[in-house]
Amino acid sequence: MSWDISGIDHWRADDFPRGAAIPDAGNSRDYVTGGWRSQRPVRDDAKCTQCLFCWIYCPDSAIAVGDEKVGAFNYDHCKGCGVCAKECPADAISMVPEGCELPEVG
Amino acid sequence: MPTQKTVAVTGNVLVAEAFRQCAPDVVPAYPITPQTTIVEEFAKFVANGRVHTEYVTVESEHSAMSASVGASAAGARVMTATSSQGLALMWEELHIAAGMRLPIVMANANRALSAPINIHCDHSDIMGARDTGWLILFAETAQEAYDNTIMAVRIAEHHDVMLPVMSTLDGFITTHSIDRAEMMDDETVAAFVGSYVPENALLDTDHPVGHGNFAGLGGPYFEFKHSQRLAMERSRGVVKSVGAQWSKICGRPFGVVEGFGMEDAEVAIVVLGSTAGNARHVARGLRESGVKAGVLKIRCFRPFPYAEIAEALKGVKAVAVMDRSESFGAEGGPVFLEVRSALYDLEKRVPVVDYIYGLGGADVKTELIERVFTDLGEIANGAAAPAGLVYLGAR
Repeated sequence: MSWDISGIDHWRADDFPRGAAIPDAGNSRDYVTGGWRSQRPVRDDAKCTQCLFCWIYCPDSAIAVGDEKVGAFNYDHCKGCGVCAKECPADAISMVPEGCELPEVG
Repeated sequence: MPTQKTVAVTGNVLVAEAFRQCAPDVVPAYPITPQTTIVEEFAKFVANGRVHTEYVTVESEHSAMSASVGASAAGARVMTATSSQGLALMWEELHIAAGMRLPIVMANANRALSAPINIHCDHSDIMGARDTGWLILFAETAQEAYDNTIMAVRIAEHHDVMLPVMSTLDGFITTHSIDRAEMMDDETVAAFVGSYVPENALLDTDHPVGHGNFAGLGGPYFEFKHSQRLAMERSRGVVKSVGAQWSKICGRPFGVVEGFGMEDAEVAIVVLGSTAGNARHVARGLRESGVKAGVLKIRCFRPFPYAEIAEALKGVKAVAVMDRSESFGAEGGPVFLEVRSALYDLEKRVPVVDYIYGLGGADVKTELIERVFTDLGEIANGAAAPAGLVYLGAR
């Protein structure tokens, strides 16, 4: 079953499933939570050793892996918690303030 | 063929029997006077194998209702019971049960709230749950508590409703007094309530669902509340139809309001629960001496039967509303406010007086009811209605 929520912004009271139940599984990927982020992780691929620690530690599965290599951060779901940057043994991930590229203050 | 037997039992024992006959899958409960004997009797039924219910002993009423919510979301038929401080402790979960549209059925032994500490009857506890989104039924007698509890299961689980229902009976007066009642045979009750088929059960792993979801930050919270309102409005018809069906089987009448002498009443008392009997007794005597006295008992408080009340009271010259709870700072008690509001659209204004009575189990003697009818008679003859509410019988 695939729950069609395409018209949800126009649903009226009785169009919603009773009691705010979600009558389907696996749809949390449709819920974009990246907007909560105040800092974004940025990886320096020159330092990255492909240990995949960031992938293991990410609490939100927001780091894609393909062919045993880390890929892009999924910014639709990364909440900017910084766990990947903290755990990276190669110090290859830094957290950058979201939405404002602040100049260094001397 | 429905078979009934006449029993002499307390209201609580009869409610426990109704629970057993409705065969809930789960009963999470915590004892509190004067509800205790409901869950105590029911625990005996479980221990003796007379009902196959998961009986969950919890550490508080907060947990009792939390476990009820969880079990109901899992797909179980859930029943529980409480009273007074216990109902107050359940307050946040009461809203959750209604908002999640879980058809839990709960008995409440109506009792005063602290402070000062008091374990006797009034309606302060249940009126605190007035706006939680539950349907609320009031019983005058053990018989009505039994009938209401059985009907509550059908009403709650009805597809057009899917809301929790409270079946209330007056603490001690109805819960603990031994009353004569008719008890239906198990098979007839089982057939009447049927088996519960949940629509979004957490334990149905072939159809995975999520419960208890977030609908804020611009989400459809507002629409969900509207859907609760629509369900509550739909329940009006369901309460009547389930009541009529049970009435046909058991032979006892059911009305969301039930009148005595209302066909030609000039003065009338509106009342909930056990006091209706006292009021009818006094009204019957007055009618014998030529006073056109009537009594209007509200059996279904939520949804509030405003149309039926307006219809019943439209020709009356003076009305008294009996409130067994307070709404401090309001113009009157909760029943008064709603009854008077129900009369607002009538073309002819009906004077309504609010009597606060029987708080903390204060005795409701027939002389007090007579005094109310005497007041009403004077108002009907042109005397001014008392300004403000009356504390009936207070020193």
